[in-house]
Amino acid sequence: MSPAERPLTAMIDPAAGPPDCTAYERAGGWQAARRVLTAMTPAEVIDIVTRSRLRGRGGAGFGTGQKWSFVPREPASARRKYLIANADEMEPGTFKDRWLMEGNPLQLVEGMIVAAYAVQAGHGVIFLRGEYHLACTRLQDAITEARQRGWLGEHILGTDFSFDIHVHSSAGRYICGEETALLTALEGRRATPRSKPPFPQTGGLWGAPSVVNNVETLCNLPHILANGPEWFLALGRGEDGGTKIYGVSGRVVRPGAWEMPMGTPLRQIIEEQAGGMRPGYRLRALLPGGASTAFVDTSALDVPMDYGAMEKAGSRLGTGMAIVMDDRTCPVGMIANLEHFFAQESCGWCTPCRDGLPWVERLLNAIEAGTGLEEDIDQLVRHTRMLGLPGRTFCAHAPGAMAPLASGLKLFAQDFAAHITQGRCPLRHAA
Amino acid sequence: MTSIRIDGRDCPTRPGLNLLQACLEAGADLPYFCWHPELGSVGACRQCAIRQFSGPDDTTGRIVMACMTPASDGAIVSIADEEARAFRADVIEWMMVNHPHDCPVCEEGGECHLQDMTVMTGHNIRRYRFTKRTHRNQNLGPFVKHEMNRCIACYRCVRFYRDYAGGDDLAAFASHDNVYFGRAADGTLQNAFSGNLVEICPTGVFTDKPSSSVYTRKWDMRGAPSVCVHCAVGCNTIVNAREETLRRVLNRYNADVNRYVLCDRGRFGHGFVNATTRIRTAMRAIAGQYVPVPVADALARFADMAVEGPVVGIASPRAALETCFGLHTLVGPQHFCTGLTQHEQACAELAHTLLRGHPGPVPTVHDMESADAALVLGEDVCTTAPRLGLALRQSVRQASFHAADAAKVPRWMDAAVRTLGSECPTGLYVLTPAPTDLDDVAARPHRGAPDDIARLGFAIAHLIDPSAPAVAALGDEDTRLAEHIAATLMAAQKPVIVSGMQYGAPALMHAAASIAAALARRGQVAGLSLVMPECNSMGLAMLGGLPLEAVLERARNGDIATLIIVENDLTRHLSAAMVAELVACVPNIVVVDHTLTPLCQHAELVLPAAAFSECSGTLVSHEGRAQRFFQAVFPAAPIQAGWRWMQELARNTAQSHPAGLTTWRNLDDVITALARAFPALAAITDAAPHADYRLDGQKLRSQTYRASGRTVIRSYISVHDQPPPASPDTPFSSSMEGAYTPDMPAPLVPGYQVSPWNSVQALNRFQNEIGGEMRGGKSGVRLFTGGGGRDTPDAPHPYSTDIPPPSAPSEGSVLVLPETRLFGSEELSMLSPPVAARADAPTLRVPAGPGLPTHMTLHLEDGPHVLPVAPMVGLPTGIVLCPAHMVARAFHFPCRARLDMADGAGGGS
Amino acid sequence: MLTADPPLPATVRAEILALAAAELHPRGAAVAALRLVQAHFRWISTPHLREVAELLGMSADDLDGVATYFNLLFRRPVGRHVIMLCDSVSCWIMGRERLCAHLCRTLGVKPGETTADDAITLLPTVCIGHCDHAPAMLVDDTLHGDVDIPTLDRLVAALKEQP
Ligand SMILES: Cc1cc2nc3c(=O)[nH]c(=O)nc-3n(C[C@H](O)[C@H](O)[C@H](O)COP(=O)(O)O)c2cc1C
Ligand code: SF4
Ligand code: FES
Repeated sequence: MSPAERPLTAMIDPAAGPPDCTAYERAGGWQAARRVLTAMTPAEVIDIVTRSRLRGRGGAGFGTGQKWSFVPREPASARRKYLIANADEMEPGTFKDRWLMEGNPLQLVEGMIVAAYAVQAGHGVIFLRGEYHLACTRLQDAITEARQRGWLGEHILGTDFSFDIHVHSSAGRYICGEETALLTALEGRRATPRSKPPFPQTGGLWGAPSVVNNVETLCNLPHILANGPEWFLALGRGEDGGTKIYGVSGRVVRPGAWEMPMGTPLRQIIEEQAGGMRPGYRLRALLPGGASTAFVDTSALDVPMDYGAMEKAGSRLGTGMAIVMDDRTCPVGMIANLEHFFAQESCGWCTPCRDGLPWVERLLNAIEAGTGLEEDIDQLVRHTRMLGLPGRTFCAHAPGAMAPLASGLKLFAQDFAAHITQGRCPLRHAA
Repeated sequence: MTSIRIDGRDCPTRPGLNLLQACLEAGADLPYFCWHPELGSVGACRQCAIRQFSGPDDTTGRIVMACMTPASDGAIVSIADEEARAFRADVIEWMMVNHPHDCPVCEEGGECHLQDMTVMTGHNIRRYRFTKRTHRNQNLGPFVKHEMNRCIACYRCVRFYRDYAGGDDLAAFASHDNVYFGRAADGTLQNAFSGNLVEICPTGVFTDKPSSSVYTRKWDMRGAPSVCVHCAVGCNTIVNAREETLRRVLNRYNADVNRYVLCDRGRFGHGFVNATTRIRTAMRAIAGQYVPVPVADALARFADMAVEGPVVGIASPRAALETCFGLHTLVGPQHFCTGLTQHEQACAELAHTLLRGHPGPVPTVHDMESADAALVLGEDVCTTAPRLGLALRQSVRQASFHAADAAKVPRWMDAAVRTLGSECPTGLYVLTPAPTDLDDVAARPHRGAPDDIARLGFAIAHLIDPSAPAVAALGDEDTRLAEHIAATLMAAQKPVIVSGMQYGAPALMHAAASIAAALARRGQVAGLSLVMPECNSMGLAMLGGLPLEAVLERARNGDIATLIIVENDLTRHLSAAMVAELVACVPNIVVVDHTLTPLCQHAELVLPAAAFSECSGTLVSHEGRAQRFFQAVFPAAPIQAGWRWMQELARNTAQSHPAGLTTWRNLDDVITALARAFPALAAITDAAPHADYRLDGQKLRSQTYRASGRTVIRSYISVHDQPPPASPDTPFSSSMEGAYTPDMPAPLVPGYQVSPWNSVQALNRFQNEIGGEMRGGKSGVRLFTGGGGRDTPDAPHPYSTDIPPPSAPSEGSVLVLPETRLFGSEELSMLSPPVAARADAPTLRVPAGPGLPTHMTLHLEDGPHVLPVAPMVGLPTGIVLCPAHMVARAFHFPCRARLDMADGAGGGS
Repeated sequence: MLTADPPLPATVRAEILALAAAELHPRGAAVAALRLVQAHFRWISTPHLREVAELLGMSADDLDGVATYFNLLFRRPVGRHVIMLCDSVSCWIMGRERLCAHLCRTLGVKPGETTADDAITLLPTVCIGHCDHAPAMLVDDTLHGDVDIPTLDRLVAALKEQP
């Protein structure tokens, strides 16, 4: 694929390290920021992004231009507003944003400048998960350099627009990735989600208008602004435009992440990019878009990985980072592992999630350990209904947790039954 | 007319509510936990799930949290919906995953919101078969017990304690199903409203510690509506009793006053009633020893005294109106003393006059919560009127409500409103000599001597209305502050000015009144509130009488043969020297009180009066609200209400006693006579229904149906049943027999319980609108509400011109101001063991600075006092604070005094 | 250990104040300040927490509510080195349980514990975004991927040497 076909990662060269400002500019960087700041109005930027039909890469897939359009219109100088890059990336199986930030931090900086200009935010924050030490250093360096070169700070390019970025290194909690919990975390509080309304766009950080966008979403912006919405739309294979960073982990030959056209089918990602399953293993099922998406089995391999098609296939695009389950991995054990994660990462605010998920985890552990009872399955199914449907819990954490369980209970019904009738795990987790 | 349809039933409702509140107001039993009428909605517990349909044709609908969903006109919802019902049962089941099954030994049992909700949802089998998590409990001090395993994590405690009451030493810790609510380390909860956790917590995590040591189930206690006696705000309470002892005090909702919240002094101060200092028999001093004597002997002795010469009576600001009036009738107006010093009385009467003459409203405590600008002028309301201070704390939320209105976010969306309001300005100004607990929400805390604060006040008044007198020689900084405050007040829709008599400074009250009047002249609805020290200070000010100095004067002249002192420890008003002189000049001293005070040692005769829980009577709060408290405890003879003692004394005087006094049969007779004698107080008759009030032809019951009418409680004394005690002063039967309905008159509600609501949340059923008036009307009656001052162009408001000069530091002396403490200054609560345990040792607060000694000697009127020094940041130079009544009993008003290095700490100052 | 830590050095206090000043409200620096303390002292002792709270104008209770909320803030002492072994799904599939058992055996600890010589604390951690090199772990601030038992043994030996 030519660099133009994988705009997000073209400049990433793990051997050479991230480009500095000069290299970045030489490779086509800063064009978009320059154009936007000197030749466009914020409304025009929003319009272009809206026309590109860029959808959020953080998991929910909300239209980016549309999200921005709810921000009050005052200029940055007239009102405190925030642009926040969501770099929390704690979804198990997901490592795309790290790649982008470690590989080309200036791209994120430029994307943030574009977005900040569009919504006229004077304050930028990168909400970075605490374990990303290398990304942190590289982002700090990139920001410092950009500041020295006049890309950040007061009156960028001599315009009226001032904007700077601050890296907030978090201290580890999955829920901080949820955009309202992220805001609470930035305020130095226990990061429990907030109710909407007010939406962050009107009442976000410290009550001020704030936009939260995923790192990958933001990294797309320089390219959209530099090449136009039509170019972007044409990059995708299906309804959605652009490229997507897809990844695979599990027992494949080459686990990793690749930038490919939006809508690339799973089969191509797994078989071509990841090199298929390791010898001796068969693909049994997978979580296509991270831990909080529903299992699909091999029948879904030809479904394009985009928002609409994955939803039709009963799952979600999520982060686009697939976790592959092979035939020697016990599905009950795997789901127990997932639910342990979700139970532990529940913020503890709402009852169903706080007290339901640990129950689910214990039921699964019991089944996996061979002490499960038949009625445990009913309890699990009950939980998938009571926690899984929207609106029952305060935020989307618990529904996310129920996606693999609900689908797994159906796909792996026999495995569950076998555990209970045999009183042991038939597939002792092999190395 | 807004209306919603609940399970096919059309229910009228009000605009602006959420569905939970609308459903509850419509009488539906919809369970909830995290929502609270005063705390709003946050959607944490997920207990209030219902199904909402988008229109008549929508048959699917969706599950919503009722508390988080606006009740828009025409909303169609189902509570009975099978899935919603199942979800609600599941929510309880999830809570029960870790909740211990310890109801039999849990003090919340029988009045537990969680129990009620569990029954309401129908959850009744335990399916969770794994282990429960366990927490360690903390010692939170003498008021509140902590049992964290019972926690269902509704977050109410921290939302109340932190967001509502401004406390910062209770927090949520950890996360997921390990969340913990407590303090960073064991230790006493510091917030003045910590006791409300007992009622706010829907389970038994936080329970009433003093009550725990005399524990009785709710259904085994008698209840009576009462009024707090520990400050002048007049919060309404419920007194619970069993076996004729007071067991606890709970909040009683009064929409205008305390609403859902009591301060800790009010909730835990009642311990004086059962303290060892109680007087339970008549006593005579014989050869310096107190000897219990039969009442007849005591009265015979009094009869002898009464023929010796003039009898003078000294009343008290902590005694009920009826008792004061009984004394007044007994001794006659010319021999009736208020029990206040001249200065105290002048201040109290000034407060009364200013409030009556104020052209604008005299705001209720609840009114203050919605003030969009408030100025506190020289009064530490957080300690002199704690509940009022809490109301002012709420007032700072007005700006965020307006921001929420603009963002179309309903005001009950609590967390959202707080987010939107995070940068909203506050309209609260606190101008006091020393830091207060309100400073954290005040715009510009300002410190100064009382006179200087008064000058600022006068300057503000002048800025608002130039016809008010100007203040000469005001500094630049003060001028700017005055301008800023004046501008804020003038821009406000509902400004409130608060002052009081803490510093005995008439100028402060005058200045406050001038500001309020100046605003009123501009056509603003400007409230004026003046805080007074004791539960019946206002009532006493309205009765009037001689000041203590006049009595002393007469005593000196040998004009008093017998002094009857009723419920008044004169040592708290007069210096030791004056008390000594008084008792030396008066041959016969009779004290009628419920509590053995230092004064009693001077009395020859001591008669045991009933405490507030043991009799009924009327108190007038600082906002002019006459409120009745009712008897819950029937003490053994001879304890009886103060006014009944006056009757007894009257019967034992040879002189013909004033008409009526001895013929009063019950409290209503006293009140009728009082109303006739004091027209300004006539309205107290309407403070509550009379003793002959009957509901459906019956008295009202003061115990629950569950209370077993016959018990074996006394079987070790006698197996014979005792009849329930007679209650001539109240419309209550002292037993479980009688009427009780949610729409009974509000002043007569003895407790809240309406099946299936057994917890305090049953209150919802007693209100017309949740958070609004009680179904049974108002409790108490306002004797004045302001607006009494005419302010016409030809007769403008008479502004005070008595502007004090700037306070000048004087060589060799400091200005000693009373540090009124939440725990420590108030007389009766300090006799309550848990409150006494919360009172810190007295210290001398001096302006922070380098090289302070550890102790200093303060030379008050009654002599030198060596005190540990506690530096205070922000205290102006030349001012020191000495805790009221704690160092010198009578010290509670400012004075100038000499301050030395402590003995041995090296030389004079 | 619990009380042995000296008060925060002046430089750290100054850094915390600078962090606070950069925020709209000081409490916005809560996590950053706590991380800073942890970087110096490995964990956040109660006296240190109180100091930070005071610098940020928060109550200790308030700040501790935040500190105990986050996974990476240690309110209990840890060893000189912290091994955070990922326990999330991709690493689990790739055999992290075996590695964990091996570590527990060689270190003589259970997950969450510190070796007797105070050298190493073993903590399970959620997905650290290195799933393409599962099983993965963080040793202090360094990421290690494709971990196997020989790597573990080498690492542990090296860590025990290091101060
Ligand atoms: C439990 C939970 C965790 C989330 N974690 C992340 C995350 O780590 N990174 C992220 O970008 N979005 C995350 N999201 C989605 C965000 O809430 C939000 O939708 C996203 O940051 C918006 O950015 P986008 O519009 O660019 O996708 C999470 C959502 C939930 C409910
Ligand atoms: S679903 Fe509830 S408890 Fe779970 S993370 Fe969201 S708000 Fe917190
Ligand atoms: S009362 Fe509605 S969610 Fe708690």
